[in-house]
Amino acid sequence: MSLSRSDFQVICDWITPYSRVLDLGCGNGELLNELSSNQGVSGYGIEIDDKNISQCIKAGINVIQRDLDMGLSDFDEESFDFVILSLTLQASSYPHRLLGEMLRVGAEGIVTFPNFGNITSRIQLGLGGRMPVNRTLPMEWYNTPNVHLCTLKDFEELCEKLGIEILERRAVSHNNKTGPGLKLFPNLFGEIALYRFRKKPS
Amino acid sequence: MPEVQAQDTVGLVKSSTLLFDQPLALACGETLNAYRLVYETYGELNSTRDNAILVCHALSGTHHLAGYYSEDDPKPGWWENLVGPGKVIDTNRFFVVGVNNLGGCHGSTGPTATNPNTDKPYGPDFPMVTVADWVESQNRLTQKLGIEQWAAIIGGSLGGMQVLQWSIDYPDRLRHAIVIAASPKLTAQNIAFNEVARQAIRTDPDFHDGHYYEHNTIPEKGLRIARMLGHLTYLSDDIMAEKFGRDLRQNAINFDYGIEFQVESYLRHQADRFVGTFDANTYLLMTKALDYFDPAAEVGSDLSAVLAKACADFFVVSFTGDWRFSPQRSHEIVKALHDNDLNVSYAEIESHHGHDAFLLALPQYLSVFGAYMDRIASECTK
Repeated sequence: MSLSRSDFQVICDWITPYSRVLDLGCGNGELLNELSSNQGVSGYGIEIDDKNISQCIKAGINVIQRDLDMGLSDFDEESFDFVILSLTLQASSYPHRLLGEMLRVGAEGIVTFPNFGNITSRIQLGLGGRMPVNRTLPMEWYNTPNVHLCTLKDFEELCEKLGIEILERRAVSHNNKTGPGLKLFPNLFGEIALYRFRKKPS
Repeated sequence: MPEVQAQDTVGLVKSSTLLFDQPLALACGETLNAYRLVYETYGELNSTRDNAILVCHALSGTHHLAGYYSEDDPKPGWWENLVGPGKVIDTNRFFVVGVNNLGGCHGSTGPTATNPNTDKPYGPDFPMVTVADWVESQNRLTQKLGIEQWAAIIGGSLGGMQVLQWSIDYPDRLRHAIVIAASPKLTAQNIAFNEVARQAIRTDPDFHDGHYYEHNTIPEKGLRIARMLGHLTYLSDDIMAEKFGRDLRQNAINFDYGIEFQVESYLRHQADRFVGTFDANTYLLMTKALDYFDPAAEVGSDLSAVLAKACADFFVVSFTGDWRFSPQRSHEIVKALHDNDLNVSYAEIESHHGHDAFLLALPQYLSVFGAYMDRIASECTK
């Protein structure tokens, strides 16, 4: 088995077998396909792109064509065990609302995003004086869909504000390596940040 | 029949008729003691009989989905764009069945048929039929055709409503339900349009309370207006602007009530075509069936509760430019389905073609629909 993205492997490890999952921005359905074939997971993907919809349907994935910015109002409270948002948070118009929605419809949320605090980005912006363009953020500032970039620190601060309890955190590089540097300084060396979280028990 | 199409059309086709003599109790309280259903089939039923697909038609549709009746037939069936060898509903892989609904005017028993009690056409005495009645009659056809379970039941618009009803009334008789440009019930605006159409027909002096056959006439004026109105609601403002704009038929305005704008010419042409082929009493019945459709009504308008009976896998499609049955209506269906943890995929096709988009060969529509049909084909015995 080889998954095309380094964050997918971690997500698969975090998801309990046979659970119900909602994958927001599910792309071509690769993650859901993996989860359903190997872990007996069921659920739905939400996606907006026409090509991805065709590919999901071809792969036999339950996919619903929707704009995430329209919210998840069609889903009832606690419909899912996990709600996944992989490399999509930074492209959503209202990340804070989306996080709230995720924990309304699901028991746990899993979010992955490109870490804007990564050293490459810091050098490009801090020393080069230009918006970072690198492996994780390949587009130029004017054509990138990523309108809400953040660092691990930023994300954790927002979670605190929203009453979200972080259950697990991982920072990985593109090839899914987690060396000692990544463990000690995740916000500096992590290219992709991964979080598993839930509502703070009241 | 154009020769160039010979490759991807089912070609020459014939209809068949079956007589049903087991009484059918209708939702309105009346009973039809016997009735005929006319249908067409394309492709071959495989040895395990698991590749059968039923296509339910919309308001003015028929059992004639694809192909031609003769070499000189100028027009193919109404879903020629999608049904045929190598097409989305691939007749090389599936055994496809189209059936004319009860109350129709293309061969199945309806107002134009002879009432055995009077030896005259039923006319307005033909009982009101509902979507559930159609599904019941189609289920009897299913049994006569020796089909235990449809690989899929597919329908657009009013056809999609029949698919929903099938999934509720006979959940284990279909593996896939494909619901296109449909709605779980009509809105007040939808019903209002239907009522204007009905009033146009019923107030035509040639209507004779529905007994116009005996007067050797038809309520042509009313039927024309009904069709023109209906047709308007199947198109969108954008597509009408694109097709006709304010183009004039001749180069100048004549200051009279003749056909001046191209759009007027188009509407009259649509009306002309319809009047020759469609019965006014059938039109009234079909619009009533649309108005009455509301499967959730029996469970406190809770669509999720009524669809709890369903067990098919669903594919729901809507079109952005469809204001008759807007994507919002399809969202309601999709919500009710995932509320029940059913397998459902939903595609919202970008289109400015209005409600009629479901009849067209739009690339993204063909892509997602084709992908879904591939999935169904892969589950059928080769």
